[in-house]
Formats: sequence, C-alpha cells, structure tokens
Amino acid sequence: MDIHEYQARELLREHGIPVPPGEVATTSEQAGEIARKYGGRVVIKAQVHAGGRGKAGGVKLADGSAEARKFAEQILALEIKGLPVTKVLVAPAEEIAHEAYLGAVVDRSSGVVVLMASSEGGIDIEEVAAKTPELIYKEQVDPRYGLLAHQASRLGFKLYPGDAGRARQAAGIVRKLYDAMIDAGASLVEINPLVTTPTGELRAIDAKMNIDDNELFRRPQIEELRDSESETPAEVEARDVGLTYIELDGDVGCVVNGAGLAMATMDLVKYYGGQPANFLDIGGSSNPEKVVSALRIITADSAVKSILFNIFGGITRCDDVANGIVEASRQIEVTPPITIRLTGTNEEEAVQILESAGFSAMTDMDEAVRKAVQLAKQHE
Amino acid sequence: MAIFADKKTRVLIQGITGRDGSFHARQMLEYGTQIVAGVTPGKGGQRFDDSVPVFDTVDEAVQAEGATASVIYVPAAFASSAICEAADSGISLIVAITEGVPVLDMLRTVRYVSDRGARLIGPNCPGLISPGQTKLGIIPGQIAAPGPVGVVSRSGTLTYEVVSALTRAGYGQSTCVGIGGDPIIGTNFIDCLDAFEVDPQTEAIVLIGEIGGSDEQEAARHIKEDLSKPVVGFVAGRTAPPGRRMGHAGAIISGSQGTAAEKIATFRENGVEVAERPLEVPDFIASALGG
Repeated sequence: MDIHEYQARELLREHGIPVPPGEVATTSEQAGEIARKYGGRVVIKAQVHAGGRGKAGGVKLADGSAEARKFAEQILALEIKGLPVTKVLVAPAEEIAHEAYLGAVVDRSSGVVVLMASSEGGIDIEEVAAKTPELIYKEQVDPRYGLLAHQASRLGFKLYPGDAGRARQAAGIVRKLYDAMIDAGASLVEINPLVTTPTGELRAIDAKMNIDDNELFRRPQIEELRDSESETPAEVEARDVGLTYIELDGDVGCVVNGAGLAMATMDLVKYYGGQPANFLDIGGSSNPEKVVSALRIITADSAVKSILFNIFGGITRCDDVANGIVEASRQIEVTPPITIRLTGTNEEEAVQILESAGFSAMTDMDEAVRKAVQLAKQHE
Repeated sequence: MAIFADKKTRVLIQGITGRDGSFHARQMLEYGTQIVAGVTPGKGGQRFDDSVPVFDTVDEAVQAEGATASVIYVPAAFASSAICEAADSGISLIVAITEGVPVLDMLRTVRYVSDRGARLIGPNCPGLISPGQTKLGIIPGQIAAPGPVGVVSRSGTLTYEVVSALTRAGYGQSTCVGIGGDPIIGTNFIDCLDAFEVDPQTEAIVLIGEIGGSDEQEAARHIKEDLSKPVVGFVAGRTAPPGRRMGHAGAIISGSQGTAAEKIATFRENGVEVAERPLEVPDFIASALGG
C-alpha cells in the first residue's frame, strides 16, 4: 500500500525526525489560508500516488497567499498518470544549502534491510544507482541484531565527512528512519531530499513510504491511512470481496485463477494482437460468488468488448466457476461476448452446467485467447 | 531419484486440523505421501481421520514419529513462528504454503532457518511434487507424471498449466517445485537448479519466472556458468504495468527494474531459450532432449 507524502512526513515526525511544518488542503481557498498563516514563500505539492510530480506540474513555489491559491487551483485540476489530484501539501519554502538522500529498503536478493545514503539528493536515486553507484553508501542490517549504532554513524560520516555535527545529526535520523520503517511495516522509506539549512540544521523535506500489504492485518492505524480516492472504484470493490484487480487500457477483459496464469493470459492476449483490459485473479478456492463479483467488476468497464475466462482447475473446481458464470448471467446483464476456457478438476461437470445454460466451453488456452481477441476486434 | 523429497520422506503437517490443512492432508495421503504426524497446538492426543497422530508441538512429532519434513498451512499471523519451530525441532525440509506472511518477519525467519541448516520452500507457494513418489503441498497430483524434466516456478496455476502440457506431450517430471511469489523466500531458482543439476533423473529443466526482483537474471548467469543440463525459460508479465503488484507480493516492477523484457533478454544473453507462450514449453523440451 502506498501512503501520501504528508502521511509519511507525519510518521517520520512521530519518530522524532525533524520534518518542517506543512498542512494538507483539498481546496484552493484552504491552500491560500494555510499560506497566509505561514507567510512568505510556500511550496504546493500534489499528493498523489505517482512519481514524476514535478515534471507533471504538480509541485510549485508560490509567493504569498494569492499565488498559493492560484497554483493550488491549477494543481487540484491536474491528473497525474491517470490519477486525479484531490489534495495538496502546503509547506513553507525552506532555505537550502545542501541536499542529500536517505533511504531504507527491503533488498530482495540479499534478504536484508539495506540503508542507503547519498550526497546526490533531490534527484532520481535510481538514476544515481545506475550511473554512479559509488556515490551511494550502503549498510546492510542483519535481521538478528537490527540496525547497530556504528552503522548509522558510519553513514552519517560518509554523508558529511569532516563535519561531526551534521554527521551525528544524520546518524540520529538514520536510526529513527529505520525504527519508523519497522514500526509501520514498510518495505521502503525515503527522505529525498534531506536538506541542510544555511545554519547547518538537517530537515526531511520530502518523505515516501510503501507499506507491505501483509502487515496491515496487525497495523490498523496504518490501514486507516489508505486513500480509497486514489484507487478506481472497481479496484476498491475488488479488494472488498477478496479479488485482485488491476485496470489496464485494453478491451479484452480477463478472469483467471492464479496470479502467474493471469499475467501469462494477459501476455497471450497481446501475443495474439489484442490488448488486455485488466489483471484479475479470482484466487485458488473459487466460490461462485467471487465469479459473480468478478463479472460485475469487468462489465462495469465500458471499454471491455470481449470477456475471457481462463481457468486451470487444480484446487479451484471448474464446476464452481461454471456455476458462478451462469449465476452472474442471471443477476447482471453481460453484453460483451464471453469466451470460456476451463480444464482440470471437475471439467466435465462444468461443461455440462455451461452448455445447459447456453454457453460453450473450450479446453485449449491458445485457441480461447485467439477467439476472445477476435471477438473484441469485431465489436470495436 | 528426485530433488528435496521422495517416497521415503516422512512428512508432518502443521495446521492439520484447519480447513486448508485437513483438505490437503487428505489429498496428499491419497497421492501416497507418508504423512506420519500432524501438529495443532491444543489438539495433541487426537487422531486425524482416525489415523494420523496429532501433537501439540513439532518437537513431540519428531520424537515420536521421526518426521523429517513439514508442510505448513497455518494462518499468516502464525506462519513465521511455525516455520521457526519446525527448524528448531530438527526438521530439514519446511514447505510453507501460507500466503500473506509479513516481509519483515520473513527476513528474520529465513535467517533463522538457514542458521539451523534447514531448507525452507516458500512461503506463498504450492509446494513440490515428485511424481509417482510424494507430494508436499497443493499441486494437483493428476497433472504430473514421472519423467526426466525438472520444473521450478514462482507461480501456482501457471506451473500446473505447463506441467500438464509437459505430461500430455509425454514428458514426465522428476520434481516440480513452486518456490513462491513473495519477495523474500527460503529457496530460490539457483538452489533448485543446483539440485536438478546433480539429480540423475533430471535431464532438462523448465524455469518459470515472472516480473519483479532479479532472481531470474541471477539464475540466467548461473546457468551459463555452472549448469550442464539444458534449461528452458518462461517469464510471465510482459504486459504488466510498472509500480503495480500483480497478485503476488513479489510481482512488481520497481521503477525500471524487474521487467519481463529485462529478464527475457538476460536469459537469451546467457544462452537460455525462452518460450513465448506457456504451451510452447514442451516443444523446447523436445528439442533439448534431442526430439
């Protein structure tokens, strides 16, 4: 789960990291009021789960309340990477003498948390990693001991060599950053930039946090940070009924059991010249109701011209899926043609159920995908 | 032969009295798996289906029944603890089927298991099957057949699809291992490749990867350097958008890292053939095995 910058800033502040003030506005009037309160120059930043906000015009520097209102209005009218901006963060503009980067991430290949620091702050860290990896300092955290004080200190002195005051401040921030990560169940935390003010104080200006979805069951206070406005209504509905659904740009709606097979099915749609409209995994133990929900979600996408079921019955029983399809066609009006491929456990029962309800079923995956793609093209 | 488990493997099931555990315990028994014990804390002394003895702790099950492998079906909140308990009780092969285990827990758990010299497969995986001998997990028995092909995969149903196609084409399997779709897992592609390399039954290997992380890229380089047996690859997620988790917790393209295109290119650079479609895999295996 992604959380917004202003939420991540708050979590870091709670852990004692120096985060400058800032408030969230949902209207331009509010933004103007906040700017008036702070006085002077303010930064207005779109709060949206997408990278590249600056390039998209989602970050602006405003001089005074009137300009803050004007810029907030522009930003709140934006859509960044398909996501409408509904909130902005308004914060006093900081005097910046130096910018650094600080991050902590679960590193998949080494199986540990890696802390990263770089004096090349304020820019794309992935780019730094690719072009000048020697400018990123790393510390691996042994999960048996957690972050050790000397590791934090070492990173501090790497960032600010010869400046013990700042190095110690940075070491403190590194330790708190790690604690914030563990407490929130995050898989990634970043401060970018970590700025030095002209008087030599460190400040976390921008914060980013990704939360491991698997942590949410035991962290209700983090789950509350979820912003449903930042997801499509269909994605929210899918999550509520326990389906994984991701909307895409194409016109072939896909209903598949299992994440790997769902991806492979999307790829096959593309391979045969079509475009998948979605990723949808109905999971392992499919009860008919999940299939009904899946069809409701897919038919709500007006771009869908053809629907493809691809079911490999193992633990999933094909007759359950067949019953779901028949039930759904009674409950909701499904206009796009449905192509059904199923094979495996209880395949014969499934075929009978479908045929007696006027559907036909196929067993070959490639054939079914080709047909679904062709049907989408006919209905363009 | 096979890798990791065969007909002699003495298996215990943690969570045997639960809904998933009991269902799959029956499926495994039917397949011929030697299930010697079950563990559910608080239900020690009972018998599962009037036959398999149930214990409160893994320690007791190991002492009484000599179990050497464990399959775990407990809920996500207790999975890490169950894995550690198995490793601490001398179990050498731990298969964790459970989905949804927090990643930060797994960092410690994976280290704990390896410190005790045990092997963990998963979590969030379908387990493994050595056709005709045993199965530990949820892979449907009827789709597999004994033979010379080793299969290793990050996925579940996509693996079944490929295994089933191999079986239909007349290519049975030595062992099929689902290593799991999470970012932090116990056994990776390279561990399985090395095991297949020294397994006399295995003559060719199928590796099914997907977007996210760099395990496939590392496997590709390893194949070129250290493997003599032919490997056929498949990578799911060519059409996956960046930054979105595609069902599996580990199936996510971060920035420009972990795309299917990158993985496929790395396989091909290292001389590994990659199938374009899942059902093309048997054709590649046919040519790898010399027709």
